[in-house]
Amino acid sequence: MIAELGHFALIIALGMALLQSLVPMIGSFKGYSSWMRLGRSLSMGQLFFVAISFGCLAIAFLNDDFSLKYVSQHSNTALPDHYKISAVWAAHEGSLLLWALILAGWTVAVALFSRSLPLVLTARILSVLGAISVGFALFLLLTSNPFERLLPMVPMEGADLNPLLQDIGLIIHPPMLYMGYVGFAVPFAFAIAALIGGQFDSAWARWSRPWINLAWVFLTIGITLGSWWAYYELGWGGWWFWDPVENASLMPWLVGTALIHSVSATEKRGVFRSWTLLLAIFAFSLSLLGTFLVRSGILTSVHAFASDPERGVFMLMFLAIVIGGSLMLFALRGPAMRKVAAYSGWSREVMLLINNVILVSSMTMILIGTLYPLVADVLELGKISVGPPYFNFFFVPLTVGLVIALGIAVFTQWKSTDSSLILSKIPVPLLLAIVSAGILPVYLATDFSYSITAGLTVFMTAWLIATIAADLRDKIGIDLKRVAKLSHSYLGMQLAHTGLAICVLGVGLSSAYDQTRELRMAPGDNAMIAGYEFNFSGVNPVDGPNFTAFQAQITVTKNNQLVANLFPEKRHYNAGGQVMTEAAIDPSLTRDIYVSLGEPLANGAWALSLQVKPFVRCIWLGAVMVAIGGLLAATDRRYRRRKKSQANNKVAP
Amino acid sequence: MNRIALFVPLMVFAILSLFLLKGLDRDPTELPSALVGEPFPSFILPSLANDQELLSERDLDSQVVLVNVWATWCFACRIEHPMLNQLAAEGIAIIGLNYKDQDQQAIQWLKQKGNPYLFNIVDAQGSLGFDLGVTGAPETYLVDAQGIIRYRRVGVVDQRVWDDEMSSLYQQLVGEME
Repeated sequence: MIAELGHFALIIALGMALLQSLVPMIGSFKGYSSWMRLGRSLSMGQLFFVAISFGCLAIAFLNDDFSLKYVSQHSNTALPDHYKISAVWAAHEGSLLLWALILAGWTVAVALFSRSLPLVLTARILSVLGAISVGFALFLLLTSNPFERLLPMVPMEGADLNPLLQDIGLIIHPPMLYMGYVGFAVPFAFAIAALIGGQFDSAWARWSRPWINLAWVFLTIGITLGSWWAYYELGWGGWWFWDPVENASLMPWLVGTALIHSVSATEKRGVFRSWTLLLAIFAFSLSLLGTFLVRSGILTSVHAFASDPERGVFMLMFLAIVIGGSLMLFALRGPAMRKVAAYSGWSREVMLLINNVILVSSMTMILIGTLYPLVADVLELGKISVGPPYFNFFFVPLTVGLVIALGIAVFTQWKSTDSSLILSKIPVPLLLAIVSAGILPVYLATDFSYSITAGLTVFMTAWLIATIAADLRDKIGIDLKRVAKLSHSYLGMQLAHTGLAICVLGVGLSSAYDQTRELRMAPGDNAMIAGYEFNFSGVNPVDGPNFTAFQAQITVTKNNQLVANLFPEKRHYNAGGQVMTEAAIDPSLTRDIYVSLGEPLANGAWALSLQVKPFVRCIWLGAVMVAIGGLLAATDRRYRRRKKSQANNKVAP
Repeated sequence: MNRIALFVPLMVFAILSLFLLKGLDRDPTELPSALVGEPFPSFILPSLANDQELLSERDLDSQVVLVNVWATWCFACRIEHPMLNQLAAEGIAIIGLNYKDQDQQAIQWLKQKGNPYLFNIVDAQGSLGFDLGVTGAPETYLVDAQGIIRYRRVGVVDQRVWDDEMSSLYQQLVGEME
């Protein structure tokens, strides 16, 4: 009964979405303000019914209603309750329902916080979001219904949730990621509404900026959580694999990052308008494309969800309408690409352009790397796969270029900057960076060798931090109390850029100094890695709620001082019979000690992987700083000054 | 001129869509069956256990074998490995093709995870992989006693793939031999 209620609620939500896509849009052309206002209530109604539908599916999971095919495939009576909830989005159908719920949520947020916008614009934005909702609701109902029953043969027990997904990281990673993906629907809707109305001035840019930032912050957190989860859950210490699904999330992130930068120029100087619109369309298009690639089974991936050509065809039609339609609109209505404001070589505009070129190039090369196997296959060039060497080959130099340009950009001003001013600011940070790059790697290396990777990494990080510090000093002197006087968007920017520096540090140093040994250890054996002594005391059986495990105890000491007791596990999940490695980690800012338990060997010995990973934690610390920076910038005071923003509307093109 | 430039993104997307549409009909894990029914390509490559020893396609002859393409850099191989151990324990002959890998790491891997392979062919340059049309690791070929490739699996061999697609063919080939 509950499942039918959920199904029915979804159908009503589809109806609401259909009305929401049509009524306010028609109203905006006819000038019926009551029709335009209806968008707001329709969006709330839609959220209400999607939420009921989602709630029903969650209740079906909690009640172990295995008459639902989706529940029986992804849950089990022994599964703890919090994993039963997260199992709702463990696979295709539930993920899509979560998509629809989040989209409805963003739509209501736009409806609530856009009261200061002109009614026509709001109506069109809500209409576009409603149209996207229609697409997703249809996709759910026609090809991926989570409420499908298995009658009359109801299974007694469910197949259980994939043990890899039974983890706190996986409870929050997909919702965060979807918040980001779907969040880009908002700037997309802003862009489409602007193209329809022909208004894309700095006021438009200012209205859309907080939404762009928020979606991007969620995506940043989502990707970070995914990487962190892969690191501690997959059990072998890697944190990024250039898997098609990871690439699918990185592409909208890179374009979103480019968008954040280009829209700032559009707001402040009225430049790059068509480019900004295009990026807003791209960011959401790539989110959709990512969903398509993952869901259609068109590419092989370790995230392998069941592939289904019917879904693929639907998704492709949806992509063609949304992306093709919006690009067609862009082609017909887009603002002519002409310079509206002059800027010279050393201006912030040019630096932002460099930023955009690098970010979009990175995205393009990832897109090519991800789709090349497909294109080659279609062109009968044979089946090929593109591996990490390709991605690293392009991504590393592009990142180096980005970081160097960023350091210079800090000192530039809008319109034009005196080149002698920039040249006078550069030497001190440059010197600091070169000196740090010369000294630090020698100090960090355990064997007096010099690592080029580490040198370059330290150079990049030091260069960024020194230039940011120099700029802060120019702004507020050395009186730290004056930090409070700086605007949120300035602080957010600097925090995010510092986060980038920290992240680069983590990536570079952890690759340069990673020490991994895979050993056969009998109880009582010792091993030395990077100055740490690992003592293996043996393995004990332990039981969890739905698994049994072998748990090893490893005592880590340094200079006879206890560092940590680590308990890696090898788990055997009862329902599905899968074996999982649960790594044990002793984290700290400067290094992680990472131990995972391999296979049992003869005579009570076990295979163990012992790793010391310097600064690996900085990767996620930096990424979190980037996200907080984005959030801080989104709360800048000027986005909340309604009256003033309305007054500025007159700066129409 | 400027207006035409605005159409460029649409064109790019249209071309991309064509590829996506064509790609939908293709299962990326499906075999491009060029080599199925053909003899295993000839090669002379060192053995992983002893790099002085050279192996060739003749070492595959006279029994039904699985040739498993693997590497330590391959994530899915980690998932597949326990299944190979299980098949080896059931007495199925598996030969490893260690693909574009480093010998020391590969030896370490086998020490740590168990060694399901009768022997391993070292294809450090990927030359045999090229002749086989390897798209990536893991890949598994079923080669009959005459050295003819009879089946190809791109991607992980798990219990389901084995039961549904490989087991009966394997038994049949073993039967043919006797």
